[in-house]
Amino acid sequence: MKSLIKMIWMETKLFLREPVSAFFTLIFPVMMLSLFGTIYSSTSIPGKSAQMSLNASVPILMALIIGTTGLMSTTITMATYRENDILRRLQTTPVSSRCVLAAQVIVVFMMTSLGVLLLIIAGRLVYDVSLDGNPLSVLVGFTLASLSFFGIGFILAGTLPTARSAQVIGLVLLYPMVFLSGAAGFPRELLPETIQKVAAFLPLTYVVNLLQGLWFGEAWSQHVADVLILGAILVAGVLISNRTFRWE
Amino acid sequence: MNTIVKVEGLSKTYGETIAVDKISFEVFEREIFGMVGPNGAGKTTTIECLEGLRVPDQGRIRVLGVDPARESHVLRKRTGIQLQESNLPDRMKVWEALDLYASFYPKVIDWEQLLVQLGLEEKRNVPFRKLSGGQKQRLFIALALLPDPKLVFLDELTTGLDPRARHAIWDLVQGVRGRGKTVILTTHFMEEAERLCDRVVILDQGKIVALDTPSSLISNMGVEERVVFSLDGFMPPGLFEDLSGDIKVEVNGEQVVVRSRNGRNDPLVSDVVKQLCVNNISFRDLRTEQPNLEDVFLNLTGRTLEEVELE
Repeated sequence: MKSLIKMIWMETKLFLREPVSAFFTLIFPVMMLSLFGTIYSSTSIPGKSAQMSLNASVPILMALIIGTTGLMSTTITMATYRENDILRRLQTTPVSSRCVLAAQVIVVFMMTSLGVLLLIIAGRLVYDVSLDGNPLSVLVGFTLASLSFFGIGFILAGTLPTARSAQVIGLVLLYPMVFLSGAAGFPRELLPETIQKVAAFLPLTYVVNLLQGLWFGEAWSQHVADVLILGAILVAGVLISNRTFRWE
Repeated sequence: MNTIVKVEGLSKTYGETIAVDKISFEVFEREIFGMVGPNGAGKTTTIECLEGLRVPDQGRIRVLGVDPARESHVLRKRTGIQLQESNLPDRMKVWEALDLYASFYPKVIDWEQLLVQLGLEEKRNVPFRKLSGGQKQRLFIALALLPDPKLVFLDELTTGLDPRARHAIWDLVQGVRGRGKTVILTTHFMEEAERLCDRVVILDQGKIVALDTPSSLISNMGVEERVVFSLDGFMPPGLFEDLSGDIKVEVNGEQVVVRSRNGRNDPLVSDVVKQLCVNNISFRDLRTEQPNLEDVFLNLTGRTLEEVELE
C-alpha cells in the first residue's frame, strides 16, 4: 500500500512534468471549448441554439480527453518503461506487477478526470454550460469509457514491439477516431453515409454516443449497445494486458 | 563458512548460442565473489540466473536457501541488485528515485547517507536524464544497497566510471562486506577483480576456467614475474645464472628484462638488485611487473583479453 501511494504520487509528478501529455490532457480541451464558444456565437448549427451546441461540445471534448490519455499517455508510458528497462529495474524489487499497473491506471484516470474537471469548470464559468442529465450517471459513463480506453492502451503497449511503434499506432488510431466519431466537435450526422458506417467500428464513437446521451439526460436503456461494447473492450483489455504484461 | 549460493551444473542456451555451459560453484557468506572474463563469457547470464531474472535450462541453484527461479519473491526482499542495463524515467529526480524505491522494502538504510557516500548529494534534485553515465551508475548502486540486503549483486559495477570514482566504489563495496554482507559482482576489469574480490571465478565461453583467490590464481599458475631495468653500459654474461626459479634474461639495446617462473622464495626483484649491486653495475628505471589476472587469463586461454574482445 505504501509502495502504491508513493508510486501514484511519483507517476502524477512525472505526468505533469511531461509537457506534451499535460498540454493535450489539461489545456488543449479548454482551448477547444473556447474555439467552439467563438464559433457558435456567430454561426449556429441548424435546429440547435448556440447554447445547446456548446453544451453538446462538453461531452464531445470529454471523449477527446479519454481518447488522448487512453491511446497516447497509457501506451507511450508503458511501452517506454519496458523498452528502456525501467520495468526491469522495478522487477528486481519486491514491488508487484499489479502495483505497477494499478498505479498507472489510477494516475491516468486522475489526470483524465482533472482534464474533464477543468473543462467543466471553464464551461460553467465562461460559457454557462449546463448539465441536463444526472451527474452521477455522467460520472459512471465517464469512468466506464475511460477504463475501457486505458484497456486499449495497455493492449497496444503489451503487444507492440517498441515504444516508437506504440506511439505511431496510438496516433494512427486516435486521429481518424477523433474526426469520424464526432469527438472533433462537428456532428457525425454531417458526414457522408459511408464514413458514418466506418465510424460504427470505432470505439470512440460509442464513447461520444454514451457521454452525449447521458449529458442530455437520456436513460441508460437507450445506450445498452454503447455500454456493452465499451464493457467488452474493458474486459478484453484487462484479460489481454494481464497476459501480455512483460517486464522486459 | 556458510554457503550462501550454490550452483550445480548450470546451463543456459539462447537459440544456438551456449551462454553458460554446466558450471558449478559456491559463494560463502561475507565474501566478495567476482566473476571475470571477457564480454560474452557468460557472466551476466549467470548472475541473472542467480537473481531469478532468467530461468536456467539445466542445473540447480540455491540462493539464500531458495530456488531463485521459483521463489524470486523471497529473494527480492533480501537481495540488492544492480543490473548491467536499466534506466529510470527521464524526469525522475535522484532523491525521488531513492524515496520511491525505499517504499518497496520493509526496511531500508538512510538514503541521505548513501547519497553522500556515493558523491551524489549535490545531484539530488537532478532529473535522471541529466546525469552522466557514471552518476547513473552510482545511483543504481545506491538503489542496490538501499534495502540493506544480505546479498548484493553488482553487474559491471564500475563500467563507465573514471578511476577516482572507481576507487570510491571499491571502498564502498568493501565497506558493505565489512558490515557482514555478501557481494557477488561481475567485471571485465581484471584489476578490479584482483583488488576487490576475495575469490574470483574466471569464465570463458560459458565455462569456468579457474576459481580461487586472486593471489593463489596468480602464484599457482606458474605465471611469470618480471624485472625490467636499463643499463648504461654492457651487461656481463651469466650475471643471473645462479638465481633459482627458471630465469630467462632478455636484452633489448640498453633495456634488460629478467623473467622468472614463480615458485621462488624471495621476490625476484630483491635477488636481481643484489646481483647488480654486488657486481657494481649501475642501472636506472628499474621496475617490476607483477603478474596479474590478465596474465592468468592469457595463460589459461592462450589469448589476451583484448584479443577476445576483438573476436
